Amino acid sequence: MSPNELSSYLIISAILFSLGLFTVLTRRNAISVLMGVELILNSANINYVAFSHFSSGNADGQIYAIFVIMLAAAEAAVGLAIVLAIFQLFHTIDVEAAETLKE
Amino acid sequence: MDLKNVASLSFFYPEFILSATILLLIVVDLVARSPRGIAMIALIGCFGALIATLDLYSAQPGWLFHRMMILDNFSLFFKVVALAATILCIWMSLSSNEIKQVHEGEYYTLLLTCTLGMFFMASSSNLLMAYLSLELVSLTSYVLTGFLPHNRRSSEAALKYLIYGGVASGTMIYGMSWIFGMTGSLDYAAIQAALSQSPFNKASLFMAFIFILAGFGYKIVFVPFHMWSPDVYQGAPTPFTAFLSVASNAAGIAIMIRFFFPGVSRALPSGDWAFLSGVEWPQVLLFLSMITMTLGNLCALNQRNLKRMLAYSGIAHAGYMMMGLAVLNNDGLSAILFYLVVYLIMNVGAFLVVAMIANVTGNEDIETYRGLAWRGAIVPAVCLAVFLFSLTGLPPFAGFVGKFFLFSAVLKQGGAFGALALVAAINSVISLYYYAKIVKTMFLDMPNPEDKTVSIAVNNFTLLIPLTVLTIFFGVYFSPLVRYTSQSLRFFVK
Repeated sequence: MSPNELSSYLIISAILFSLGLFTVLTRRNAISVLMGVELILNSANINYVAFSHFSSGNADGQIYAIFVIMLAAAEAAVGLAIVLAIFQLFHTIDVEAAETLKE
Repeated sequence: MDLKNVASLSFFYPEFILSATILLLIVVDLVARSPRGIAMIALIGCFGALIATLDLYSAQPGWLFHRMMILDNFSLFFKVVALAATILCIWMSLSSNEIKQVHEGEYYTLLLTCTLGMFFMASSSNLLMAYLSLELVSLTSYVLTGFLPHNRRSSEAALKYLIYGGVASGTMIYGMSWIFGMTGSLDYAAIQAALSQSPFNKASLFMAFIFILAGFGYKIVFVPFHMWSPDVYQGAPTPFTAFLSVASNAAGIAIMIRFFFPGVSRALPSGDWAFLSGVEWPQVLLFLSMITMTLGNLCALNQRNLKRMLAYSGIAHAGYMMMGLAVLNNDGLSAILFYLVVYLIMNVGAFLVVAMIANVTGNEDIETYRGLAWRGAIVPAVCLAVFLFSLTGLPPFAGFVGKFFLFSAVLKQGGAFGALALVAAINSVISLYYYAKIVKTMFLDMPNPEDKTVSIAVNNFTLLIPLTVLTIFFGVYFSPLVRYTSQSLRFFVK
């Protein structure tokens, strides 16, 4: 597979997406889960840039990727603030330790 | 009408009023520190935006900002719904003890920002705008959910909301990237044109739709993207829960109808919609709708916390509303819009009573409602009974009319939809059990001697009585509302 082909980028992004989803589902540390979310977002970014370069002929996809990067930063800021609040109240950032809400 | 940036501004003043109010709130919060004054400014800003939105009904529909947004009756309807929910939420917050603990300037600022995001969601006509507006609503919702200081439940709910929301919106943009790759455009009209011209790989298009459904589904709260909702509804401040349960749901439905109907389907003159490229997403919606309402109702059966029970009942109601999406015709869509208005009134009403009782008793357990009617709270008890029976769908309340329109839209399609209507009917019966159980607790169970009397200040009734009256009023005289919702179903296509 040559680096000049669209499909190689799509395969990379599909792998990245799966890894992100796997991280979110298996990790118990809240920071790691947030990192998994970032992987998912970046897999979409690769898709956008690749599609924009190879098939669409306009810059829409690359602009989309820039916006995603910006929003990922905003989400990380909010996410880390919430994780900090969790740490102050529960003295851990284990997602499964925060279990006061049940039936 | 396809307007450029500057020309669009003259059709954008509801958003301007909201943005100006948000900025004003930040400044006033710095200098004045008067909670009640800040709430009043927020309320006045919302009413101003409401008047401006209603004024826009006379404007020519069209694209704004280089086809990023659409101005049409459909988007205006959802803006009115979002503003109504915000006004009710601010009103509820004024008398809520929970909100008194928080920094109120920030609270109202974030709430109005969330409303602004819903405005953009309702009018987005581009995949980029759809994602940005959805994230604006999500990010503010995460913060507002975790807004109660030193409250374990609130922070935990925010964390769960954040994780599910992040994954769902990430999955959604991954799906959107495939749509972009296949059609070469982010614009809904261009996507539709591309889809109706050339044949596409059905499997990959189907996968892209499923991924996108994850993002919308988490906003509308349907199975399997519902897991966050009970925890968030229980943990968040009650006025915000009421707001979230109707406004966020409505905005999700707006963005979903906009994408799946004018975006990737074609309107037929008969009022039906044909989906393009042969990708059978309505079948998926049909099954999801059945599963959603069944799971929501079954989980609601043995809840001990009323807020959590209302969360599961909200999932069930999302399932009922999805029936209108699955039938793929204009009758179904206008039934959804009608149901949304009715759901706004009765669900906010139910949460209002929950907030009033929680102000006195300090929690939302169903146990504390024992013999409520005989402990000095006869008016809230009767009102809650009205809202709960309306949520069940019993006549003569508005919920009955809403369900009637949904069912008739489904039954008219026939075929496999008969089974859907049957499942929905069985579900309505199941839901009667848990709604009626609360009414029984309030009226038929006698209070224990140790139960305190619940005294409710009269000024709390300013919102409760109108909502109750509206629930009954729209149950018997619904034709103006029907006319309004069917007029709201005008999409600007070209």
